[in-house]
Amino acid sequence: MSWDYFIELFLGGLTRGSIYALIALGYTMVYGIIELINFAHGEIYMIGAFTALIIASVLSLFGMHQLVVLVLAVVLAVVYACAYGFTVEKIAYKPLRKAPRLSVLISAIGMSLFLQNYVLLAQTSDFLPFPKLIPDFEFWEPYSHIISSQELTIIATTVVVMILLTFLIKFTTIGKAMRATAQDKIMAALVGIDVNHIISITFIVGSATAAIGGVLIASHIGQINFFIGFIAGIKAFVAAVLGGIGSIPGAVLGSLVLGWTESFFTGYISSDYEDVFAFLFLVFILIFRPAGILGRSQTQKV
Amino acid sequence: MILSEEIKKSLLAAVWFMFLTFPIMVIRVNTVQNIVEWRWKNMLLVGIAGFFGSFLGRSFFRQKEKGEKKADPNTISVAALVQKITGNQRLSRLALAVIAGFVISFPFAFSLYQINIMISALIYVMLGLGLNIVVGLAGLLDLGYVAFYAVGAYAYALLNHHFGIGFWTALPIGAVIGAFFGILLGYPVLRLRGDYLAIVTMGFGEIIRLILENWNAFSRGPSGIAHIPRPALFGWEMSLEMSTKYIYFLMIGMVLFTIFVVNRLQHSRIGRAWIALREDEIACQAMGIDKAKTKLTAFALGATWAGMGGVIFAAKTTFINPASFTIWESVIILCIVVLGGMGSIVGVVSGALVLILLPEYLRAFSEYRMLVFGVILVVMMIFRPGGIIPDVRRTYQFRKEEH
Amino acid sequence: MTKNCLKRMAVLLLCGALSLGLFTGVGLAAETIKIGVAGAHSGDLASYGIPSMRAAQLVVDQVNAKGGVLGKKVEIIAEDDACKPEIATNTATKLVSQKVDVVLGHICSGATKAALGIYKDANIIVMSPSATNPDLTQSGGYPNFYRTIASDDAQAKLDVEFALNVLKLKKIAVIHDKGDYGKGFAEFAKKFLEESGKAEVVLFEGITPGAVDYSAVIQKVKRENAEAVIYGGYHPEASKIVGQMRNKKMNTIFISDDGVKDDTFIKVAKEDAEGVYASGPKDTSSNPLNVAAVKAHRDKYGEDKGAFFENAYSATLALVNAIEKAGSTDYNALSKALKSEWVETPIGKISFDQRGDAIGAGFSVYQVKGGKFVEVK
Repeated sequence: MSWDYFIELFLGGLTRGSIYALIALGYTMVYGIIELINFAHGEIYMIGAFTALIIASVLSLFGMHQLVVLVLAVVLAVVYACAYGFTVEKIAYKPLRKAPRLSVLISAIGMSLFLQNYVLLAQTSDFLPFPKLIPDFEFWEPYSHIISSQELTIIATTVVVMILLTFLIKFTTIGKAMRATAQDKIMAALVGIDVNHIISITFIVGSATAAIGGVLIASHIGQINFFIGFIAGIKAFVAAVLGGIGSIPGAVLGSLVLGWTESFFTGYISSDYEDVFAFLFLVFILIFRPAGILGRSQTQKV
Repeated sequence: MILSEEIKKSLLAAVWFMFLTFPIMVIRVNTVQNIVEWRWKNMLLVGIAGFFGSFLGRSFFRQKEKGEKKADPNTISVAALVQKITGNQRLSRLALAVIAGFVISFPFAFSLYQINIMISALIYVMLGLGLNIVVGLAGLLDLGYVAFYAVGAYAYALLNHHFGIGFWTALPIGAVIGAFFGILLGYPVLRLRGDYLAIVTMGFGEIIRLILENWNAFSRGPSGIAHIPRPALFGWEMSLEMSTKYIYFLMIGMVLFTIFVVNRLQHSRIGRAWIALREDEIACQAMGIDKAKTKLTAFALGATWAGMGGVIFAAKTTFINPASFTIWESVIILCIVVLGGMGSIVGVVSGALVLILLPEYLRAFSEYRMLVFGVILVVMMIFRPGGIIPDVRRTYQFRKEEH
Repeated sequence: MTKNCLKRMAVLLLCGALSLGLFTGVGLAAETIKIGVAGAHSGDLASYGIPSMRAAQLVVDQVNAKGGVLGKKVEIIAEDDACKPEIATNTATKLVSQKVDVVLGHICSGATKAALGIYKDANIIVMSPSATNPDLTQSGGYPNFYRTIASDDAQAKLDVEFALNVLKLKKIAVIHDKGDYGKGFAEFAKKFLEESGKAEVVLFEGITPGAVDYSAVIQKVKRENAEAVIYGGYHPEASKIVGQMRNKKMNTIFISDDGVKDDTFIKVAKEDAEGVYASGPKDTSSNPLNVAAVKAHRDKYGEDKGAFFENAYSATLALVNAIEKAGSTDYNALSKALKSEWVETPIGKISFDQRGDAIGAGFSVYQVKGGKFVEVK
C-alpha cells in the first residue's frame, strides 16, 4: 500500500515537474543569452494558451474536425507567441541593451503588467473553460488511472523539447552563435555574428516552448484566465535557478526536483507548508551549490 | 526621403500590430450564445495607434540617441539640475524653503484622501531608502524585502494585541526585529551572487508570508489582525482626520530622519565599503574589506527601515493580513529604487512618490490604470535607463586648461 | 540647454495634468445620489470584483430610467482596491472625499475590515456582497456594516449538517485554499464536525491556489479513505481538484461553499462537476427579478454573470430602497430603514438584523445535476 502511495506521489511529482520544465526551458534560454529574468515569459505562456483557446473555439463553431482544430490551434498559438516574444524583445529589451541590468528587469516587469491587463481588458477577467485538446489515447487506457493521457503527453513533450533544444544549441550553427553571444556579445559581433538577430531567435524559440507548454498545460488543467502566467512564471523561475540557470538540462532537472519535493512533502507531511519547504530546499541546495545543481560556478578574472 | 521612409516603416509597424493583436483584440467568443464576436473596430484602433506609436516612438528614440552623442556630459540633466541646486547655497536654501513650505501646508490644503495616499507614498519612501542600501549601495539584489516589512507590521500588531504595547515602544522594537531578520536572511546567502541571491531572498519573503498565512495560533492566519490602534499623542483621543494629519507629520519626520541617516551612512567608511562591494567583490576583498561583515550590515540596516515602515503601516491601516505582503510588494519597492535611480537619495524619494502616487492618480483611467502603469514602467526605463535622478558619484576633478 | 527647458516644461505640464485630474472629481454638483462601488477591479482577484461593479451599474441604469430616487439621479463611483487592505484604505478615503452617500463593497473581508473604520468616521453605510468573515457582523466593531451573503460559520454549519444528517458520512477530509474566505470556512467546518462527534476529520490541509496540479493532496485523500471532501475556497481550484479526483477514478463526494456555487465552475469542470454539492443562497433562479437581472447582464456585457452577481445586485437594490424609504441619505435614517424595511431582490425578500446580516435570504445546498445546480430538498 505504502509503496503504491510512493509511486503515485512520484508520478504526481513527475507531471508537476514536467509542467514547470516546459515553462522553465524558455526562461533559462532567455536568461542564458542576455542574463535577464524575463518576467514577461509567463505572460507569453498565457497568451499562447489564450490564442489556442480562441482559435479552437472559433474553429469548433465552424464545425471543423477535432484533429484539424488541434493542429491549427497549436500551430497558431506557437506563431502568435513567437510574434509576441519577438515584439516584446524589440520594444522593451532591445533599447536597453547597454542599460544597467536592473533597468531591463523593471522594463520586463512593466511588460508583464501590460500584457496581463491587455488580456484582461480585451478578453475577460473570468476563468474560461479550456477544451480538452489532447484526446485520451486508446492504447494507454489500461494505465490511465495512474497517469492520464494528457500527463503522458506533457511528460513526453518535455523530453522531446529538451532534446531538441539541446541539439539546437550544441550542434547547429545558430546554437554555436547563441553560445558565442551568451559568452561575450562584443567578441561575437567581432567574429561576424549578428547579435541582435541571435537574441531575437532565442526569444522566438523560448516563446515557442512557452506556447506549447501553455496549450498542453491549459488543456490538462481545463481552465485559464489572464493571471495564470504570473504564478507559473515564478515557479518556473525557481526551478530554472535550482537547476542552474542558463542550462537546458538544468532547467528540466531543477523542475523535476522541485516537482518531486513539493509532491513528497505534501504527501508525507503537509501541503500547508509545501512552498515553505520548497524554498527552504532551494536555499539549502544553493548554499552547497551556489550556481544551482548543474550550474558551473564561474571563476572570475580580476 | 526620410519622411516617406518613416511613414513606410510606421505603416509596417501598424500592420504588424494589427496582426499581433488580432486574436485577442478582435475575436471574442461569446460563451453564452456560442457566437463569435468580431470586433473589427478594435483592429482599426490598433492600426492607428500602432502607426502613430511607432512613428513617435522612433522619432523620440532618434532624438535621444542624437542627444546622447552630441552632449555627453548633459545627458543626466535633471541630476545636473539637482546638483546645481545643492551646489549653490542660495539656490538650495530657496529650494528647501519651498519644499518645506509645501510639505507643511500640504495636509491643510488638501483632502483627507490626498493626505492618506501621501502617507502611503512616504512609507514607501522609507522602504525605498532602506532597500536602496541593499540594492543601490551594496549591489545585492533583494526580491524579498517585503518580509521585513511584514515582520515589523506583525511585531506591532501582535505586541499590541497580547501585551498592549503602544506605537512608540513598538517602533524601535520593530526596527530591532527587522535588523535581526536581516541578519538571519543575510547569513546563509553570503556566498550567493546576482540572480541566485534574488531567488533566495524572494523565497525568504514567501516563506515569511506563508508562515503568517498558515500558523493561525500565532498570526491569526489569513483573516488578519484588526483594530490595531493608531499612534497616540500623550493619550489624547483623536478623530480620524486629526490622527491622519498626525501620522503625516510623523512620517515626514521619519523620512527626514531616514534621509539623514542614509546620507551619513553613504559617505561613511561602511558606505564606501558597500559601494566597493557593489563595484567588484573580489577587488573589494583584496582591499582588505571584510565581505561578510559588510554584506550583513547592509542587510541588517536595510531591514531596519522596513521593520519601522511595517510598524507605521500597521498603525496607519489599523488592519493587516498576509495579503499585503506578497512578492508583488517587493517588486514594487525594487521598482522604486531602480526607477528612481539606484544609490541616489533624491532619486529614490522621487521614485517612491511617482510609483505610489501614480496608480492613485491613474484612477481617472479606471480599469485601464494598471495597463497604463505597465506602459509607463517600460517607457521610463527606455528613455531614462539610469532612473529619474541617477546617482552622481562624488568626483574630485583635476581640471586642465582647455586648448 | 533647450532640451533641459523642454524637459522641465514637460514635467510641469504632466504635473498640471495630474492635478487637474484630481480636482475635476471634486467639482461635481451634489444633485446626484452617489453609490461608491469598491472592490478588486484589477489583479488576480478581479474576477470576483468586476461582476459586482456591473451589477450595481445595471441596478442604477434601471433606477435612473425610472427617474431616479427622491427625484435625483443615482451615480456609480467605482474604485479599485485590488483586495489589498492598504489600498482599500486609500479607496475608502477617496470615496469619502468624493462624498459618496453609501458604499457597495468591499469584496474581500480583509480589505473591508481595513476600510470600515474610515467609512464609520464619515457616517457612511457599507454593504458588501461577498465579505463573509464572521467578525464583521458578530464582533460589534463595525456598526455601519451590512451584507447580503451568509457568514462563513453559517455556511459551514449548513454544509456540515448536510454531510452528517443527509449524507450520513463518517470520514471527511477538509481542504481549503489558505485564503481569507476558504480557510475561515474550513476551520468552522472542522470545528462543527468535531463538535458533532458523528464524523471524523481525517485530513485538514491547505492547498496553494493557482498551482498547476493537486495530485499529491488528492493521493492523501485517497489514502485516508475519506468518503467526502469539504472544500473551502473558490471555483478555479475546486474544479481542478474535482477533475483530478475523477481522473484518478475516485468518486469521493465533494461538498463546498458559495465560492464554488458559480456557473463558471460547471462550465470549467464540465462532466466532472456532476454530483458536486455546494451551498449557496436559496434557489431564486425562477424569481422574476433574478431572471431579469441575468438577462440584462447578458444583453449589456455578452457574458454570463460572474461571482457574487446576485448578492451585489440585491445589495444595490436594498441600498436604493433604503434611501427611498428613509427619504434621505442620513446615516441614522438609513440604518433604521435597512433594519425595518423589506425589499424584493433576486435573492428573495430581504431585510437586515441588528448586526447587519441579511434575513430572509435563506441558504440551501445544491447539487450539480445535468449541468445545472439543483437545490437539494
